[in-house]
Amino acid sequence: MSDIAERVKKIVVEHLGVEEGKVTDTASFIDDLGADSLDTVELVMAFEEEFGIEIPDDAAEKILTVKDAIDFISSKQG
Amino acid sequence: MRRVVITGLGLVTPLGTGVEHSWKQLLDGKSGIRAIDTFDVSDLPAKIGGMVPRGDGTNGTFNPDLTVPTKDQKKMDDFIIYGVAAAAEAVKDSGWEPQTEEDRERTGVMIGSGIGGLSSIYETSLLLAEKGPRRISPFFIPSALINLVSGHVSIIHGFKGPNHSAVTACSTGAHAIGDAARLIMWDDCDVMVAGGAEAAINRLGVAGFAAARALSTGFNETPEKASRPYDKDRDGFVMGEGAGVVVLEELEHAKARGAKIYAEVVGYGLSGDAHHITAPADDGNGGYRSMAMALKRAGMTPADIDYVNAHGTSTPLGDLIELGAVKRLFGEALNTASMSSTKSATGHLLGAAGAIEAIFSVLAIRDQQVPPTLNLDNPSDECAGVDLVPHKSKKRRVRAALSNSFGFGGTNASLIVKEYTGS
Repeated sequence: MSDIAERVKKIVVEHLGVEEGKVTDTASFIDDLGADSLDTVELVMAFEEEFGIEIPDDAAEKILTVKDAIDFISSKQG
Repeated sequence: MRRVVITGLGLVTPLGTGVEHSWKQLLDGKSGIRAIDTFDVSDLPAKIGGMVPRGDGTNGTFNPDLTVPTKDQKKMDDFIIYGVAAAAEAVKDSGWEPQTEEDRERTGVMIGSGIGGLSSIYETSLLLAEKGPRRISPFFIPSALINLVSGHVSIIHGFKGPNHSAVTACSTGAHAIGDAARLIMWDDCDVMVAGGAEAAINRLGVAGFAAARALSTGFNETPEKASRPYDKDRDGFVMGEGAGVVVLEELEHAKARGAKIYAEVVGYGLSGDAHHITAPADDGNGGYRSMAMALKRAGMTPADIDYVNAHGTSTPLGDLIELGAVKRLFGEALNTASMSSTKSATGHLLGAAGAIEAIFSVLAIRDQQVPPTLNLDNPSDECAGVDLVPHKSKKRRVRAALSNSFGFGGTNASLIVKEYTGS
């Protein structure tokens, strides 16, 4: 697993209080991991802080799964 | 009018977590006041407070993890966590678990706070100045809003009845209980979870109350002696934090399910001083009228009251003004009543004070024992002839108790609770 994927999953585990095993690439924050809309806003903020990037609102709206987050951050850090 | 009784109690106070623990500490004459050690007080004139003792949850310590999952704690300021914890204890104590949709819709919540999420507001303001708006948590606003104690309690327990919140500074807890009882009397619901919660002991809160010259500053080296209502050396109040929550229930509803009944809420009075934003009117007229209104509502005379839980915050002015009002209203009936200020042990819990003191009044009736006024070494001259229960709790007959709460803005509330004898 890439370093980015590991860090993303660690943040998800911490913020949503879910078991590590549930945080698969395809897991949806809202449908599978019990997040609400405010949780997803906070998750995006945590990604910004961790990776030192800015995620615009229109991009944030498309980050629905763990893989979406990893892909977006990877593209930024490319 | 439908009658309202108290069937559940919950407390988180500087004396500890849990009704029985807090009450025992209070009766034993223990103080919950200590030096503030969680933030820098070096430049603050008041360096002490009544903080809720934290720990693993045993021996009366407060462990937030036992109340709210860790991941959700960031969504709640401490005042909400205290309120949720006290509500959980009260609901459990009452045994009320609504099973039907109608039962849930007939159960409401009214838990207020004087200030709400001051710590969240303070810390988030610092973050905003330092890092800008993009770092502000989406949970900031709901963690600071006063009515979110009622909101969380409703969500956690599924209570779908009236969802409300009193905000009247230091009268909040008493107003919440009094107004919630009225909702039951008016048949808007059968059960109300009501009270107050506060957690404003931070640099901003202490600096603010100190600037208003409201806080004790002369006992920083001996914190347990700082809250000394009616004593000649009193020099201001000590901030406290925590929550008090009761379950109020329509009498027949409580009887039908065989609930334990602690006491009946028989009197509630409210008034405004129309005088000053922080100082009480010199003649104590507002407090006098709120007590008189509560007695009238209860159909009682002062001779029916055996215990007065005073507002008594330990300020030079306020204590004597309240005492004067009680003396005028009670007249000779004060010769046989006892009056104490439990703030001498807990400090002033602001929006939670009226609720925890209503609970102490209920427990005085349950145990026929009145809690003491600590540190009353040299009572002010005006106290002569009044039993202020100095230093030690006292066993005595308590048929009914009156609890006073007076708040900034000149807002006054008095509650009367009476023993329930089955008739």
